[in-house]
This record gives sequence, structure tokens and C-alpha cells, in this order.
Amino acid sequence: MIAADTFSGPPIDWFALTPLLILLGGGLVMLVVGALTPRWPRGLYAFATACTAGAALVMCTMLWDDVTDEGARTLVGDALVLDGFAMFASITICVAVILVSMVTADYLHREDLDGPEVYALFLMAAIGGIVMTSANDLLVLFLGLEVLSIALYVLAASHRRRIQSQESGLKYFVLGGFASAFFLYGVALVYGASGSTNIGRIVEHFATTVQTQRTDALVLAGVALLIVGLSFKVAAVPFHFWTPDVYQGAPTPVTSFMASVGKTAAFAALLRVLVYALPQWKDDWRPAIWIIAVVTLVVGSTLAVVQTDVKRMLAYSSISHAGFILVGVEAAAHTAGSADPGRGVSSSLLYLLLYSVLVIGTFAVVTLVSRAGDGQTDIGAFRGLGRAQPAVALGMTVLLLAQAGVPLTSGFVAKFGVIQAAVDERSYAIAIIAMVASVIAAFLYLRIMISMWATDPQPGDDSREAVRVPVSTGLAIIAAVGFTLAVGFAPGWVVSASQHATAIVRSALP
Amino acid sequence: MGFPILTALVVVPAAGSLGVAVLSNRRPEWVKLAAALLSTMVGAMSIWALTAFESADGGFQFVSKHPWIKPWGISWHLGIDGISLFLVVLTGILFPLVILGIDPHHDHKRYFAWLLLLEAGMMGSFLSLDLFLFFVFFEIVLVPMYFLIAGWGYDNRIYAATKFFLYTMVGSAFMLVGIIATAVLGRTNGVGRITFDLVELAENANFAASTGRWLFFAFAIAFAIKVPMFPLHTWLPDAHTQAPTGGSVILAGVMLKLGTYGLLRFGLYLFPEAAHWSRSLFLTLATIGIIYGAIAATMQKDLKRLVAYSSVAHLGFIVLGTFAFTTQAISGGVMQMINHGVSTGALFLLVGMIYERRHTRQIAELNGLQKVAPVFAGVFMVVMLSSIGVPGLNGFVGEYLILIGSFLTARWWTVVAATGVILAALYLLWAYQRVFHGEPDEANKTFREIRLGEFATLAPLIALIVFCGVYPKPMLDRIEPSVKALITHVSERTGYTEPEVPAAPASESLDQEAQP
Repeated sequence: MIAADTFSGPPIDWFALTPLLILLGGGLVMLVVGALTPRWPRGLYAFATACTAGAALVMCTMLWDDVTDEGARTLVGDALVLDGFAMFASITICVAVILVSMVTADYLHREDLDGPEVYALFLMAAIGGIVMTSANDLLVLFLGLEVLSIALYVLAASHRRRIQSQESGLKYFVLGGFASAFFLYGVALVYGASGSTNIGRIVEHFATTVQTQRTDALVLAGVALLIVGLSFKVAAVPFHFWTPDVYQGAPTPVTSFMASVGKTAAFAALLRVLVYALPQWKDDWRPAIWIIAVVTLVVGSTLAVVQTDVKRMLAYSSISHAGFILVGVEAAAHTAGSADPGRGVSSSLLYLLLYSVLVIGTFAVVTLVSRAGDGQTDIGAFRGLGRAQPAVALGMTVLLLAQAGVPLTSGFVAKFGVIQAAVDERSYAIAIIAMVASVIAAFLYLRIMISMWATDPQPGDDSREAVRVPVSTGLAIIAAVGFTLAVGFAPGWVVSASQHATAIVRSALP
Repeated sequence: MGFPILTALVVVPAAGSLGVAVLSNRRPEWVKLAAALLSTMVGAMSIWALTAFESADGGFQFVSKHPWIKPWGISWHLGIDGISLFLVVLTGILFPLVILGIDPHHDHKRYFAWLLLLEAGMMGSFLSLDLFLFFVFFEIVLVPMYFLIAGWGYDNRIYAATKFFLYTMVGSAFMLVGIIATAVLGRTNGVGRITFDLVELAENANFAASTGRWLFFAFAIAFAIKVPMFPLHTWLPDAHTQAPTGGSVILAGVMLKLGTYGLLRFGLYLFPEAAHWSRSLFLTLATIGIIYGAIAATMQKDLKRLVAYSSVAHLGFIVLGTFAFTTQAISGGVMQMINHGVSTGALFLLVGMIYERRHTRQIAELNGLQKVAPVFAGVFMVVMLSSIGVPGLNGFVGEYLILIGSFLTARWWTVVAATGVILAALYLLWAYQRVFHGEPDEANKTFREIRLGEFATLAPLIALIVFCGVYPKPMLDRIEPSVKALITHVSERTGYTEPEVPAAPASESLDQEAQP
């Protein structure tokens, strides 16, 4: 026990922690009050969740303003960092939570699973995600990773009556546990080499200490393990094997949550660790990222094309998108540690925001089409959607075209950003590979569109349950499509925002 | 600054597409009327631009420039010169004809909405003077065309549509990297800042030869697929054959021109050194395309596929002219883009009419149509002769200019290519003979004569065929200054000098030729 008079806690800037505190409070209230009260009216849990995330979002933007004026700083005794990078990623997470909870409201009602637990887990996962994006210490980052991951394991298994959902949760848990262990071992090795888990001190150590052969191997092994652990979380090939199974089995809104919040947090962590914590080792980790990116792009796109289940298709497509973001990470490697922020980090962050909205909109439509029981995700389930629900089919078409990277949609802006970042750093080969992979992946989006619009009806079609569009899911789809098109036509503001965000990261040395 | 006519040319059909999409589908004729009015309005605006165009000025006119995406140095920059002028007018004329003349049979609303969106995309592609903006339009036209083929095409439409989309997208993938690299490298090679502005890059950038060549090829792949040049042409016969008639007309009439236009605007203008350096390659491929397209067309059993392969041959001539680097050849190439659009567009319309009547396009199942439908046969013959390049009709002027211009700088290629003219006569006349001559059998006895509405659709095209064949001067007067400016631009940057042409001005000699 530490005596109270000998222990002095670090000064805490409570205001800077408000997004986390709001989400935490919301999650706890949801759990405690939800458990003690009879079931709330339909949609109220989701509304409360969205409001909580909305409040956190507002606080994030205010903090961003604050950071812009006063510069980046560390919080809670160097454990967390408050900078533009963290705020941009946190905003992405909050937006994703709002959209996902809108879809989940109708989903849980349809499946007769309504309750506060799923929403509380969403909020907890969001806390984990935000901690990952703003961690200034590898151990704190690990804590965030675990909070996020454990919430996701439970969420994946949250459809109590579907055996596939249980299976998905268990698979994710077992493999995710391995990945966490890899990451933790990586942290330990880096600690062994640098004497600290604090990012600032790691950078300082490597900047001022001449390396000997012994620590070299230690750090390289640590970096490799960190990359393995985080690659698993971002679903990069060859650490992607869980993705199709888990995405397919998990409840569809949860899948969209994994693809948006999970990816954003994991990529933010990857950037934080590689670009901001280990810039001195960039010559060693950049080739690894290059190879992972290329393999991810090619394998993700190619395997996406041969699937027949839409959720599996989108799972592979999310792998392919991860490859695109890795192209941005690779570009970021070139300028890591220098005063020039480059375009790599900002384009990756922008990609994450735009992709999160896209993927939630896409999965929202899949949620509707999967119908009661959440089982009908075969591509045939989309047959005739263009006639039955032309508005939904049109929205889906816009979202799929955006995922394919057609101009005037946010997907094109995202791809253009990372390709530009890569070309800026003279990484032509990876840029061309990425673009060709996106053509391969385009075939998969075309297949879904063909199924919706141009496939002739088949005998059993009329006996299928009709696709209904509940209000809040509809609103979520409209919001996603609107955002997709708005950014496609006028991308200037998000591009500036992302560049602005990465211009105010905490400088490499404390 | 006056009325932003070029912006209106893009915005009106785009807005019209949205407007048509929200109309009720219960009254298809109203939807059609709305679409027709809008496209006619666009056509009228394009003709107004034609009349207001300063024919002696070789630079860009009606320029409209506004910043669009500031952090990336991208602007909404539209302009028109003699090279793009007639392509814009052709787009403006073909769309109302397609909308009025061809019935989609089902889902009228969506069909017309896609067509109008396609028109906006085509206009935008021809008008853009910003690399990024051009790419946006170049890529966006794929979407409506994809849906037109997949939704209203024939039996194998989904395969053809997907092939079309993916093929073209592969080219775009390279071009996008090329565009970004051009802008990024331009900053350190004379331009001084990151910009996607075509004029600024073309005038100021001085890429090292090796860099310029790589960049040029990134662009050229996309255009070569779009043209399509041998051996990247395999998507075209499928897309053409499976597309609905309206889609084929637009595809052949204006969309393929994106490739040849792109080679001029973004190949020769932006990378003169690389284009001149690689001319042998393009001349060879173009010549192979001419001969190969013609031979393949001769072998076709399907009338529409025959016309599709004839496009490969015709576009080969245009590429030949482009890479000959003489004023005549390039002017002829630009003119041939229009001629091909008019006559092949009309051919596809006629083949579509045959299919409407007989529900087959197999040459073997058609015979003796001249006996039962003499006027139809006559119209078909005029269009066909224009496509062959018979003097007095438009096809001759373009091909003649291309050949005479290319002969100066690319003699042996031209010699081989000239045989393509004879082959064109072979495959088209032979097809005509099999389809129209002889005695009609039972199935063909009831072949209906051309109707007034159908004739009205074709009449403007036939008028253009004859007018441009007899009196091409007004057209060439507007094309040549811009082509001369382009050649000068190339000469300044490569040390290439255009050979002197001792003959009288091209248009005069043509007038003599045109009267047999």
C-alpha cells in the first residue's frame, strides 16, 4: 500500500478527458439503469447511445479547437496524448457509433433482442478505441486494445439464438487473444530495448542512444510482433483468416461496427506505434508494411470476387480496403520522424473516416436484406431489390460505387488521397498495384449491383419475406449516402481537416 | 464574363437526369418528352457555341475556371477549342436523336435518366481542362453506360457490361496514378506548385524524357483501351453487340472518341516528346488495327458485330492520323472522329431497326430486303457508302486527309493502311449484298418499310453525311487553327518540324475531288 501522503497523483486535465468520461458515464448508466428498469420503449436505448456518442463528438470537436489554439499536449502523467490525430480518429469513432446504433435499434427490435447490453458494449468499445487513438504509452494502448477487443468478442456473439453468431464470437476470441499476446510481447521487447513503454521516452531513447547489436535484434523482434498484433486487428493478410468467418457470423450491425470502429482504432494504433513511436526504425518496418499492403490488396480483392455470400464479400472487401490504408501507412513511413507531416497519415485518417461511413451504410442495407433471423445474406437475397425497394437499391448502388472508387463519391476521394500520398513519396509500384486491385474488387460490387437491378426474378422470389425499411435504419442509410455524395462533390473541407489534424500531432520529442 | 455556356452544357443534362429520375414512371411518354426537351436544349446550346466560336482562334474559348478542391490544387476548368468543338456538337446532336428515335421498351424513366447522366459525363470529358476533372468525367461515364448495357441490352448483356466496365477501369487505374504523378512531379519540373491544370502543366512542365515517357504511357494505356486499339479491343465487339441500340450509338458515336481525343489532348499536348518518341509503336498498332478490324469484320455473321469491328478499323485511321504529326493528318483525324460518329451511329440505328423488325441480326437470316423496303435500303446504302469513304460523302474527306497527311511522315504505314479502305468496301458491300439483294424469303417478305419517325431520326445524320462530304471547309476552318497550335507546341518541345506541303490548301483540292 502506498500511503496517501507519499503518493502524489499526476495533475489531471478533466476537460480533455470529457469524451471518454461521457462515453463511460453513458455506458454505465445504460447498464445499471437498464438492468433495474423494465424494458425501455423501442428505440430509446439506441437514442440514448446516439446522444451519448453525439455529446462525445461535440466535446471532441471542442477539444480539437483547443488543440489548434494551444498545441498538442499529454494528459494524465504522459499516459494519453491530446492532438489533432487523436481527435480526428475519435470523431470518426463517435460518428460510427451514432450510425451503428441507429441501425442496431431496428435490428434488435426485428430479432426480438432489444436490451441495453449491446449499446453499453458499443460505448465501451468506443472508449477502448479512443484510448487506442490517443495512447501515449504502449501499455495504455494495450489497455485500449483489450477494452475494444473484449467488447467486440461479446458483441460478435450477441445474437443469442444464432449458432453462427456464437461461433463467430468464439473464433474471434481465440484468435484475438493470440494477437493480443503477440502485441504484448512486442511491447515487452521494445521495453527491454528502450527501457520504457512511454512513446515519448522510446523516441527519446532511440534518438539519443547508439544502438548495439544486442538491442537491435530486441527492437526488431519487438517491432515485428507489434506489427503482427496490429495487423491482426486491422485484418491485413496474412493475419486476416478470422475476418470472413467473424464478419459473416456476427450480427450485421456488429459487423459494421467492427469494420468501422475496430478498423479505425486499430489503424490509429498502428500509425501511432510505427510512425510516432518508432520513426527511427522506419527503414526496417517500411518494407514489411509494403509487403503486407501488397499482399492484402491482392488477396483481399481476389478472394472477394469468388464469394457468394454478401457478408463474406464485404469482409474480403474490407481486407482490400485495409490494404489501401496500408498504402497510406507506407507513404507515411517516408516522412516518419521528420518535421514534414507528409500526406501519408492524413490520407489514412481520411480514408478511415470515409470508409467507416460507407461500410456502415452498406451493412445497413445488408441488415435490411438479411430479413428476420439475419440469415439471408446470400447474393441471391438481393435479387429484385431494384424493383421492390428502388430507393434502398439506389442508395446501395451509390455506396457500392463509392467502395469501388468511382469519382464523385467519397470512396474516390479516399483512394485518391492515399494514392496521391504514395505517389508523392515516389512509391509508384504500390500505387499501381493498389489501383489494379481496386479494379479487381470492383467486380464484386458490380455483382451485387447486377443482382439488385439486372437479374430476372426466379420462381421462389415472391414467397420471400418483403424487405422492410424501418425509420432509423432508413435515416442512417440516407445519412451515409448523403455524406458519401457530399464528400464526393465537395471534398475540400474533409481533406483540409485531415491535413490540419496531422499537422498538430505531438512533436516527436517530449 | 458572359453566360457560362460550357458549364451549362454539363450541368443541364446532369440536373435533368436527376429531374427525370424523380418523375413518375406511369406516363413513359412524359418522361421521354422531358428527356427529349432537355437534350434538345443541350444540343441547341452546343450549336450556339458552334456559331459563337471564333474560327481563326486556335486557343481555348469560353473558358470557365473556378477553384474546386483547394487543398489539392484542383479547379473546375472548362474550355473548348477546334479539336473538342465538333465532338461537343456531335454529342449535343446525337443524344436528342437517340432519346427521340429509340424506345427502350421498359423502365423508361431509369433509361432516360442514365442517358442524360451519360450526356453530362461526355460533355464534361470533352470540355475539361483539368486533369482531375477530366478523370472524374472519364470515369463517371462508365456508370451510366454500364447500367444501360446491363439493363436494356441483349442476351449476354451482363457479361458484356461487366467486361466493358472492368476493362476500361484497368486503363483508368494507370491513368489515375499517371495524373497524380504528373501533378506531383510537375511541381519540381517547372510548374512550381501542385496543380492539375492541363494548360498550366502543358505549357510549363519540362519533364525529363524518361519521366515524360512513363507518364505518357500511363495515360496512353487508358486511351488505347478506350479507343480501342489493337490488341486491347476485345471488349468492344461484346459491348457493342449486347448494348441496346441507343447505347451502341452513343458508345460508337462519342464514347470511343474519348480515347482518340484523349490521345490528342492529354498525350500529344501534355507529353509531346514522349508522344513523338513512341510514334512508331502507335502507328504500327493503328495499322494493325485497320487491317485486323477490317478482316475480322469481313468474317462476322452478326451485322452488329460487323459494324463493331469496322469501328476498330476506322479508329485505327484516326490514331494513324494523330501520330503522323502533320496538320492535315491530325485535322483529318479530328474530322474522322465526327464522321465515324455520324455514320457508325447511323449504321447502328439502322441495324437496330432491322432487329426491331426481324428479331435477328444474323446476316444469313436476312435477304432481299431491297425488294420489300427500297427506301430503307437506300438510306442504308448512303450511310454505308459514307462509312466506306466514297467521295462526295463525309467519310472520304477524313480518310483522304489522314492518308495524305500521314504519307509525308509515315509513308509505309500509310501504304499498308490504305488497303484498309479497300477492305472496308469489301466487308460492307458484301454484307449489303447478302442482306438487301436477291429475293426475300418468307420471313423477310413482311419486312416493314422505314417509317416517318425513323426517317426523321436518321435525316439529320444523313444531311451531315452529305454536307460534310460536299463542303467540309467550315469544319476544317475551325479545326485547323487548333491543330496548328498543337503542332507548333509539339515542334517547340521536340525539335520536330512539320514537312512543308506543296499542295494547294486542303479544302480546295477536296472540293475538286468531291465532284466525280
